[in-house]
Amino acid sequence: MGKVIVVTSGKGGVGKTTSTAALGAALASRGEKVVVVDFDVGLRNLDLVMGAERRVVYDLVNVIQGDAKLPQALIRDKRLDNLFLLPASQTRDKDALTSEGVERVMADLKRYFDWIICDSPAGIERGATLAMRHADMAVVVTNPEVSSVRDSDRIIGLLDSKTLKAENGERMEKYLLLTRYDVNRAERGDMLKVDDVLEILSIPLIGIIPESMDVLRASNIGAPVTLADAKSAPAQAYFDAARRLAGEVLPMTIPGEKRGLFGKIFGRKAA
Amino acid sequence: MNMFRLFNRPKSAPAARERLQVLLAHERMVVGTDLVAVLREEILAVIAKHVQLDADRVTVKMDRDEHCTILEIDVEIPLNASAQAAA
Repeated sequence: MGKVIVVTSGKGGVGKTTSTAALGAALASRGEKVVVVDFDVGLRNLDLVMGAERRVVYDLVNVIQGDAKLPQALIRDKRLDNLFLLPASQTRDKDALTSEGVERVMADLKRYFDWIICDSPAGIERGATLAMRHADMAVVVTNPEVSSVRDSDRIIGLLDSKTLKAENGERMEKYLLLTRYDVNRAERGDMLKVDDVLEILSIPLIGIIPESMDVLRASNIGAPVTLADAKSAPAQAYFDAARRLAGEVLPMTIPGEKRGLFGKIFGRKAA
Repeated sequence: MNMFRLFNRPKSAPAARERLQVLLAHERMVVGTDLVAVLREEILAVIAKHVQLDADRVTVKMDRDEHCTILEIDVEIPLNASAQAAA
């Protein structure tokens, strides 16, 4: 039986879709069968970030409404043949998702895949609660910035009350993925530090993704950052996060931390 | 002049941290409002059966840490309360 992960945040634009694609590709490159599912009905973007926008024929809503079979809607990645995408519908709205329909699709996906990674829409409305409903674990994507931290706190509350796990009295595994982190600004005291965010949100850390040009470059070409440039700092951080999700224990490194005077003078490359 | 400002500028992250701590302590309470209010009423009723107390001196708070949610109950009982109840 596959594991269902929801990638969520409350606030928009913090890196949910980027992280879904990057973690999905990282887990798939370990040889496991992975599907990334776009829950953002009406504003889909996971297809674009994955570089599969021209291959979408059927989508999640079609499958739920019985207009297409699940295998017809799944798009196989061109780079990794054990990585799949289930796109969202672009022409419908979030009411097209029914609770029973989502449950059925999730049950089917769990039979075929090792990992089902759900890219949640922003907000705390129906789309977001449906995306988290069937999750076994949650990755809470947060920027070191006040509004993102506040919204993450709200989402953590929902994960503990509105999910099947919570309703059955089980503990929902929640992990913090800190994105767009700039170690230099944090050191200067102009950005919340990792420990500040951890202390406020009180959930275990799964990874720290540095602010980086490589993320935009990857989305420009339509590839998860872990496939576009596997050696880049954000890709390395996502690979580590994926290994932790899979249960490995690794020391946490803060990307771009060791930059001496030389680095400061000769290039703002680090992250 | 600009350089001077750069070096003397106060750090902003501590302010962010403090504002969030205060705000979230409040918001976590408000979101769980129903439960906390119900608990407060019932706890108050149970204690009032045995000791006389001032309803305003009872605080019920919910907080969260890594592993669990913590329910904090703070009841202030006057020194002569038990005597009053017994009487």
